Amino acid sequence: MTQVSFEIRRGAYYDSVVLMQLQRALVELDEVTDAGVVMATPANLELLQQNELLPADLVAAPEDLLIVVRAATEKDAAEALSRVDGLLARRRAAVEAEFRPHGLDAATKMLPEAQWVLISVPGRYAAQVARQGLGCGRHVFLYSDNVPLPEEVSLKQVAADKGLIVMGPDCGTAIVNGVGLGFANRVRRGRIGLVGASGTGLQAVTVRIHQLGGGISHALGTGGRDLKAEVGGRTTLQCLDLLNRDPQTKVIGLISKPPDATVTRRVLSAAYALGKPTVVHFIGYPAPARSLGNLTFANSLSEAASIAVRLERESSATTPPAKAGDGKRSGSAVTRSGRRFLRGLFSGGTLASEALRTLGILLDPLFANLTSDSAAKLPDPLVSRAHTILDLGEDEFTVGRLHPMIDNDLRIRRFRQEAADPEVAIILLDIVLGEGAHPDPAAEWVPVIEEMRRAHAVEVPILMVGTQEDPQNLDAQRKRFEAGGAHIFEDTAAAAEFILQRLGVGLLPEGQPVALEALTKPLAAINFGLESFYESLLSQGAQAVQTDWRPPAGGDDRLAAILQKMRTNT
Amino acid sequence: MTPDIDAANAQAVDQMMSARPILKGLGTAAEVIPGMQANLILHAGPPIEWGRMSGPLKGAVIGALLFEGLAKDEKRAAEMAASGEVDFAPCHHYGAAGPMAGVISASMAVYTVENVTHGNRGYSTLNEGYGKVLRYGAFSPEVLDKLHWMNDQMGPVLAEALERSGGVDLRALLAEALHMGDEGHNRNKAGSLLYLKLLSPWIAEVAKDDALEAKILRFLGDNALSVLNPVMAACKAMADAAHGVEGSTVVTVMARNGTDFGIRVSGLGNDWFTAPAQIPDGLYFSGFTSQDANADIGDSTITETAGIGGFAMAAAPAIVSFVSGTPKDALNTTLEMYEITTTEHKHFTIPALDFRGTPTGIDIRKVVELGITPRINTGIAHKEPGIGQVGAGLVRPPKEIFEQALVAFAERYAL
Repeated sequence: MTQVSFEIRRGAYYDSVVLMQLQRALVELDEVTDAGVVMATPANLELLQQNELLPADLVAAPEDLLIVVRAATEKDAAEALSRVDGLLARRRAAVEAEFRPHGLDAATKMLPEAQWVLISVPGRYAAQVARQGLGCGRHVFLYSDNVPLPEEVSLKQVAADKGLIVMGPDCGTAIVNGVGLGFANRVRRGRIGLVGASGTGLQAVTVRIHQLGGGISHALGTGGRDLKAEVGGRTTLQCLDLLNRDPQTKVIGLISKPPDATVTRRVLSAAYALGKPTVVHFIGYPAPARSLGNLTFANSLSEAASIAVRLERESSATTPPAKAGDGKRSGSAVTRSGRRFLRGLFSGGTLASEALRTLGILLDPLFANLTSDSAAKLPDPLVSRAHTILDLGEDEFTVGRLHPMIDNDLRIRRFRQEAADPEVAIILLDIVLGEGAHPDPAAEWVPVIEEMRRAHAVEVPILMVGTQEDPQNLDAQRKRFEAGGAHIFEDTAAAAEFILQRLGVGLLPEGQPVALEALTKPLAAINFGLESFYESLLSQGAQAVQTDWRPPAGGDDRLAAILQKMRTNT
Repeated sequence: MTPDIDAANAQAVDQMMSARPILKGLGTAAEVIPGMQANLILHAGPPIEWGRMSGPLKGAVIGALLFEGLAKDEKRAAEMAASGEVDFAPCHHYGAAGPMAGVISASMAVYTVENVTHGNRGYSTLNEGYGKVLRYGAFSPEVLDKLHWMNDQMGPVLAEALERSGGVDLRALLAEALHMGDEGHNRNKAGSLLYLKLLSPWIAEVAKDDALEAKILRFLGDNALSVLNPVMAACKAMADAAHGVEGSTVVTVMARNGTDFGIRVSGLGNDWFTAPAQIPDGLYFSGFTSQDANADIGDSTITETAGIGGFAMAAAPAIVSFVSGTPKDALNTTLEMYEITTTEHKHFTIPALDFRGTPTGIDIRKVVELGITPRINTGIAHKEPGIGQVGAGLVRPPKEIFEQALVAFAERYAL
């Protein structure tokens, strides 16, 4: 035996949905077996009748609210009806979930100012997301690993063509305009800009700089494989160029695991062309010199940090260095005339080796008759190629003759041969004074140098080893050589710097230059993947959109392949 | 030659949006629908034979045969349907769209909506209101009596009224209704009132006596779905304008017959892609639960296909509670649909989104890639014929049909 009770609220209009919710809430009450909450229209009354909920003695109009409950007892029914107002007033807890877009199109509409796309989805999908990011003009921070190397090369090619950056894949760390991406420490903002192929390396250096009282303008990651031969340091070169143009950055630091030899040369050439003091630390790579031009070589992460801090203090104490893209890149008058190669004619093997090491990081291609990591072996020692450094004290030249430290004849003949080569701009010599050496090198060399300079406009830097006490007298020799147009240096690095300046060494970055806004605008990003990266961006005050990313086509490879074909067709 | 899909889709949605559906008139199906036959029954959704039809569709078919006088009783009607004495075809094969069971037979009154931009036409029956109705599979004498009254008494008045009015611009009506809290599918309160407002002076002029006039005005005014059927015919006319664009991946039909959910795609001719229809998730009327629900049914998903309905949820926050949602959820629903559509509608806009156009032109590529299926607002039918509507809520089409279409597209265009 059950009891049906009802209540009529005259002229009380509620939306049908509210009524259905109230009805559900009533039915959920323990003491209620069934309930109906309707506006008393004929159709609704008929529905109630079908469910045996229509009270017999009802008088109600369509604009009246009718609440009917069936319960075990009249008391239970009355109790349920008494709770109607409470149930009507009950508001669901405000679960106001922000919209999370699935795809990039919707995300960019929500945050059009986002310049960066952060990607930490599984590696097999990451390249495609990155490609979409580049496709809509966004820079990419690619944390994901296991992205195939050819994909990396292709992504970075696309990026370079569009003036965009791909940091990564496998890029763990970056700080852009004061906002850490991925794993990054909270460090002081300042004037030191870093480029690193190593995430933890960047973290260690930024932290050390902070501890030493310095600060970071930006720390840009490139991904661990950027300096591999296949990738060719594309991102590193772009980052160096960006930091060089960034007004906030006064000193640049370049950190990497040991790079490929060819890529090292490219990257250092680019770094050498920068208008800003630059610290270089390639872990495990022996420094070719303490410093070379604007480059200073460090031996550890910590030393790289302390050198950067020192250089930054020095640079702010003095006038700022030459503007970006100054004379170095345009090359000197000599190189513009088509004379662009260096030939080094050494009498001392060790001096030749040191010159090879120092110049070898920047000159390419470089040949030598010595075996060296820095240069290729010259096939025929009698015929120089491109940049060449020869040790004329080697057996192949000295068979049946005196050593070139005593007898200048062979070197002078080779000097004339090199100067006559229309591609030669500079001839580097060593002149070693002292006991047992030639008694007066200037007497034999200066007339030849003068003649060749007149005839072929070659430059002649000379590395001179000697003292005032030597029989030849260093100062006297120097004066006579200089009068003949030669340039005298007493250490390899100084001579190398002269040579590199004259040759206009330095690499222009390929592709479109990256707009400086990548670094200078307030950071805003779209995050695909790890939610913690999104939360970290928000907590740092950056704008960000978290996407609800899913594998394309639900991970169905066949469908994904069709979608890919459809994309390439349009 | 591989197609330029983006260009084809741009063309398809441009045609969909530039279509201007005008409600022109009313006549019997046999008179106005080309190819309509006396022994032909049109139904909602993709093609289906009698044996696989669900309860409400079977009930509606029986009702139609009784209404036409082709069968004298339920038993005979069922025999005719099973024996092949009557033919069945989707409304969509005849330019029509029917709510729920969507049954149209030869002598039923149907609206004619003409897309005056491209010249194609859409058709739909008159909406019967609530309670026991044919579209939910009811076929009792009162149901048939009402249909006869609609056909014989109200129909001629509406036909004359529409003719005198010069036609009702349904695109303009919908645009206005979206600004009044409708989404054009589950909620047509504002649109139905606008429709009543536009027609009532002409009805007053035409009706031969006050009693009939009052009855017609009350019938239209009491039914917050009065305008749903003309709206569906309008959406059909708009969606058809986008159909047949070579290389387009835009969906031009979504429809359910109570057993299967089917779609058609602009660049894939007249092929249907189908999978079993699902049970909607929603709120149920007093005394009913999801156990009573029939699988998803009706052609009303033509509204979502044309960029309104569930896609315009942000315009209709009052109805989100059907799925226990908040107004914020309504916004999110529309935002999500932008991700799978080609463009934003030029004429249908949403105040709450700063008058952004509704998401328009479902792209099968985006549906498959993102795994987001269209969001559909729907009524829920009882699985037994004749009981009627048991609730309303939300449903999404099975994603396999979009995947099938994608594969078919790759084959058709040799990708």
